[in-house]
Amino acid sequence: MGELMMGLYVFVLATLAGREVITKVPPTLHTPLMSGANAISGIAIVGALVVTGRAEGTAQTVIGVVAIAMAMVNVVGGFMVTDRMLAMFRKR
Amino acid sequence: MNASVIVELVYLLSATLFVVGLKRLQSPATARGGNGLAALAMLLAIVATIAENQILSWTGILIGMAVGGLVGGVGARFVKMTDMPQMVGLFNGFGGGASALVAIAEYLSYTGGPGAGTAGVTMMLGTLIGAVTFSGSFIAFLKLQELMSGNPITFPGQNIANGLLFAAVLATAVMALGVGGTDPRTMFYALIGLSLVLGISLVIPIGGADMPVVISLLNSYSGLAASAAGFVIGNMVLIISGALVGASGLILTMLMCKGMNRSLANVAFGAFGGTASVDRASIGQRPHKRADADAVAAELGYVNSVVVVPGYGLAVAQAQHELRKVGDLLEARGVSVRYAIHPVAGRMPGHMNVLLAEADISYDKLFDLDEINDDFASTDAVLVVGANDVVNPAAREPGSAIAGMPILDVDKARRVIVMKRSLSPGFAGIDNDLFYMDHTLMFFGDAKQSMADLAREVRELG
Repeated sequence: MGELMMGLYVFVLATLAGREVITKVPPTLHTPLMSGANAISGIAIVGALVVTGRAEGTAQTVIGVVAIAMAMVNVVGGFMVTDRMLAMFRKR
Repeated sequence: MNASVIVELVYLLSATLFVVGLKRLQSPATARGGNGLAALAMLLAIVATIAENQILSWTGILIGMAVGGLVGGVGARFVKMTDMPQMVGLFNGFGGGASALVAIAEYLSYTGGPGAGTAGVTMMLGTLIGAVTFSGSFIAFLKLQELMSGNPITFPGQNIANGLLFAAVLATAVMALGVGGTDPRTMFYALIGLSLVLGISLVIPIGGADMPVVISLLNSYSGLAASAAGFVIGNMVLIISGALVGASGLILTMLMCKGMNRSLANVAFGAFGGTASVDRASIGQRPHKRADADAVAAELGYVNSVVVVPGYGLAVAQAQHELRKVGDLLEARGVSVRYAIHPVAGRMPGHMNVLLAEADISYDKLFDLDEINDDFASTDAVLVVGANDVVNPAAREPGSAIAGMPILDVDKARRVIVMKRSLSPGFAGIDNDLFYMDHTLMFFGDAKQSMADLAREVRELG
């Protein structure tokens, strides 16, 4: 099995797993879900680190560094703001 | 066991923790821990990546991480809860932008184009989806932040123009692969530019009221862009995380569409929200009953059950804290107080719940439409605050502008009190029969002031 097919299997199965898990998230948590998902899409930082690490010219380095910064906004901002919101959900 | 196997196992652990973290979001009691697990998963993925790759120069990486981390951290710390939709919108854009840049940087490694193999095709997809997400999210941010008008921007032939634009994007993507005769590098730059334009032109025709759908959809796109970047660099954890986000965004998109009884195609191409096709002159000209804070306090203070229906007007007036005070005072009198929240009550999915949680209203008192709709018939009094279309009984009549939209059946309660500035229509632009019903009292005024007055009067009931 080629790498593409393997990736597609993983993609489809992960989508189904995501669907199973996320349909059960109650509407009251949908905003934290979205900001949390946002933080997870900051996983692009992994790609950004890879391309910056092996950059061969100024253009690639600059693009990579900007990608790192953008992804990092998502990662740090996303997890922090989600935590801030979830801390407010209290039962009295 | 060699080092690369360990790194792969750490990636696997990271992907697993993302799923487990999301699973913990299924209850408010475990959600915070779940978010922590997802953050840990991210940390593991970053550490594994750094361990796996020979980093030639740390300077750029550290600068990028510091700048991004600082911006994100400051934004997350100081953003107001009412501004959450535009912040999430902006973050979506950064996520999409980062994924696009990863694909773009990879592309630059191939002088004659990457060819039509897996790497090439996924580079094009990553660039396209990421760039559309980036520019589309930026427009959504500008609209939500009111830096540009929330009204739909439309022109004749818009859908055809967008269709042609999309065709041009696909054509440049194919040519940028380097399999044809044209200069692939130039075509790739054209692809980037056209994709950015496409993102803008897809979001400008969408009105303010439809922003919850757009934000959700862009959230989904940012995940797909990350997945595409995963295919480009051959990294499973990116593919998996991106797929999770893609699924999450798509589910929320569908829920928002269902909440407005509209198809995704209708939201995307219908230019709804702001284009009222109804004669506004006749609206609000019918007899209705008014009540002041004193009378409303008496209606709420001597009954068994009250359900509050908060709408976006509550958030605009920043009246959540006053509302919580009224709720506390009523509960102290032995009244059962619950909150009924429509799926599209806020500007993004679940937004109203966050605003009420911020005002320290217990989450077990917040109910969604399906949970509470059957209870209205046995409810003594409903207090509608700054909501309109979502409680309009016209939704039950075939042929009305909002026919079929799920509504909160507040008109079935014994008494309905509507706190609102005026009789003016909501986003749908139609009159609301609820306001003129025999058992409805209109309590006019700014929600914050009215709620403060109401709290005072409830306190004085004795």
